[in-house]
Amino acid sequence: MSTLDWARWQFAITTLFHFIFVPMSIGLALFVAICQTRYYRRGDEVYLRMTRFWGKFMLISMAIGVVTGIVQEFQFGMNWSQYSRYVGDVFGAPLAMEGLIAFFLESTFLGLWIFGWGRLSPKLHLATIWLVSVGTMLSAYFILAANSWMQHPVGVAIDHATHRAELKNIFAVLTNSTVLLAFPHTILGAFTTGGMLVVAVCGYLLLRRRPSDVVTRSLRIALPLTLVAVLATMAFGDGQGRLMEKQQPMKMAAAEALYNTQSGAPFSILATGRFTRHPSTLNKIINIPHGLSLLATLSWGGKVEGVNNINRAEQRKYGPGDYVPIVGVTYWTFRLMIGAGILMLLLALAGLVLVRRGRIEHSRWFQRAALAGVVLPILANWTGWIFTEVGRQPWVVFGLLKTNQANSPNVSSADIVITLAGYIVIYGALIAIGGWLMWREVRHGPEAPARPGAPAGDSDSHPELALAY
Amino acid sequence: MHHDPSFLQFLWFTLIGILWTGYFVLEGFDFGVGMLVRVLGRDRTDKRVIIHTIGPVWDGNEVWLLVAGGATFAAFPGWYASAFSGFYLALFLVLAALIVRGVSFEFWGKVPSPRWQSGWEWALAISSAAAALLFGVAWANFIHGVPMNAAHEVTASLLDLLHPYAVLGGLTTLALFATHGALFLSLRTTGGVQERARAAAQRLSPIAAVIAAAFVVWTIADQSFGGAVVACGVLTLVAMAALPAVARRAPAARAFVASTAAIVLLTVLLFVSLYPDALPSSTNHAFDLTLVAASSTPYTLTVMTVVAVIFVPIVLAYQAWTYWVFRHRLGRDDYEGPLTPVAVLEHRRRADGREPESTPMPPGATPPAGVS
Repeated sequence: MSTLDWARWQFAITTLFHFIFVPMSIGLALFVAICQTRYYRRGDEVYLRMTRFWGKFMLISMAIGVVTGIVQEFQFGMNWSQYSRYVGDVFGAPLAMEGLIAFFLESTFLGLWIFGWGRLSPKLHLATIWLVSVGTMLSAYFILAANSWMQHPVGVAIDHATHRAELKNIFAVLTNSTVLLAFPHTILGAFTTGGMLVVAVCGYLLLRRRPSDVVTRSLRIALPLTLVAVLATMAFGDGQGRLMEKQQPMKMAAAEALYNTQSGAPFSILATGRFTRHPSTLNKIINIPHGLSLLATLSWGGKVEGVNNINRAEQRKYGPGDYVPIVGVTYWTFRLMIGAGILMLLLALAGLVLVRRGRIEHSRWFQRAALAGVVLPILANWTGWIFTEVGRQPWVVFGLLKTNQANSPNVSSADIVITLAGYIVIYGALIAIGGWLMWREVRHGPEAPARPGAPAGDSDSHPELALAY
Repeated sequence: MHHDPSFLQFLWFTLIGILWTGYFVLEGFDFGVGMLVRVLGRDRTDKRVIIHTIGPVWDGNEVWLLVAGGATFAAFPGWYASAFSGFYLALFLVLAALIVRGVSFEFWGKVPSPRWQSGWEWALAISSAAAALLFGVAWANFIHGVPMNAAHEVTASLLDLLHPYAVLGGLTTLALFATHGALFLSLRTTGGVQERARAAAQRLSPIAAVIAAAFVVWTIADQSFGGAVVACGVLTLVAMAALPAVARRAPAARAFVASTAAIVLLTVLLFVSLYPDALPSSTNHAFDLTLVAASSTPYTLTVMTVVAVIFVPIVLAYQAWTYWVFRHRLGRDDYEGPLTPVAVLEHRRRADGREPESTPMPPGATPPAGVS
């Protein structure tokens, strides 16, 4: 493998690991904020126990998300110095805004939330968790604005003398049509992730025949939340499909492995064979007629450009070279993402029906499915990112800078291998310990309601420290 | 060919300097507290007291570093690219230390087993010391200059960064942050922890002062006795000379102000030494990466200035408010035993003097069973 390949693998591995915990934290922060709001409004201590129980998952997830986020902030400079020099004038601004506007908000008010029980008024304390939630979402907005600029660079002019992109209009970058769809798609995916985690834990507790008020009420919030969030994620994803056809037609063609331009193009569910430039080598099974044309153009007979045509057009525009991403990867990640989304939709729908009928405590199949379903949001989040990043290749900034011109020339393969090994060891330990701690909380389950007259135990005597270390 | 930085470039260099100063002052005591957790804490309750003095704030303190990094990327992309790729393995060690440190707080309290907790205390102590040391090593290299070619690509290996001057820089931040942390603890705790923290500060401060003074003198010489460097260095030396005496005699608050002043002056010295370069080259001064060469366009700097003018005061206000909320000294009685009704009332009274009988009840102030 070349130094460039190692750098790409390092970015992919560290980023995907980070992105297990980011959507979980965003989703759980919202869920905890909802629980605490209900407690504040209704004064029912079940909601307090829900806040504390789910708060523990949120804190473990955030701890890992925050520390792996430091690597994200620094590795552009470490592994991608040519990229940093080329895009810094544009790309650095949203990153700095993320730190100043979102990270400070999130981390400061998280500290106030953890240690502020009983020290702040209930109203003020409730505000702190909402500010944490807002902080996580603002953070997502800025980083997605930065990423969207890589997909669809707007608001810049290229200075060929200094070889860099220069920012001309910050509002164009922050209101890029790409981010206006990518942000809701990602944030609603994060709400889905949080909701699915809650549903999975509740499923496990019911499976172990440990029903409680906490489980019932958590499901009553999490299931509709997940259902709405999945549907809305899909709706925005649908919009992204059409935008992609305009902005990055190659990515859309690669999503379907559509090699030759076609009108009324179908969407295939499965394919066997080899992903080469010749459509005849690929056997597409179960086609949804006109599916791709509908997705890409919103018309029955819409014409969708094929990979081969777009490649020739890009060669004419950008010079000789290969402008085709790894089609096997884009084809399958696109399907896995959509498939995971559909399964989550069905699961949330089934759960909601069972809750309405009062049957959820007895439905073993649902409880098992809910528990196993915890992998679905992670799968969807991962494949979504792999699709959008691999689908942009060979570009790192679409149409402006190629990935093979972006890495650090003075960083050797050995350097990257050493640090990659280090990250894998550290991140492996983090996920093992974090996962084990979450599993411990799941098995322990939510605290029981306070019994009048019972002697106060160690943690009960200091309820304000229930979430502190 | 060599022109001076523009006003905006100077402003952003200063702002990044302020971010680093804030980071070293705030995370400096976090590092110190982390290093000393096993030295000053006799048992679990002590350690809980110690960790809780920084518990609500350490994460926000660390963001100063992230924003310094982000601001460098936005305002001086060339600086960000050369320094971060050039200090590759050293930076990885910093990241590893910050990762371990960041999770050790959260993980420590999650399992009430002595072995688990002592493991995370060691992790906290070692990672805090390592990060404190590495930041000093890195900054000594930043101002001294590193092997760098005409394309501003650093050509140094990890071992090239570990020359005596850099090691002295690392020991300076290590000793200074340990002292700063001990003084912070003596300001924020009561009882045995407070006494031991003060005693530790008294022992550590002369060591920190001597090492730091040597580093400052060497820096002045290394920077060829430039006027601003000498002026700033002399002020730093005065602060270092005063630190042991203040740590011995003055009230805790004043002693903490002294260690804060020492760290502020030292950081200012670093930035004064660096100016007008972003990263000097030890290969050839013609290859120095200047702020002008590393800078973003005036448009981007203007945008970032507007953002900073709006948000920096807001951030400072709510961070300061956080310190105000958690201003009370912590002691063993905050954690030990089941709460008596009197202690519950006392806790409530401490909650900003708020009346306890507000509706609905403060979630945290739920009295133990039988009291209500």
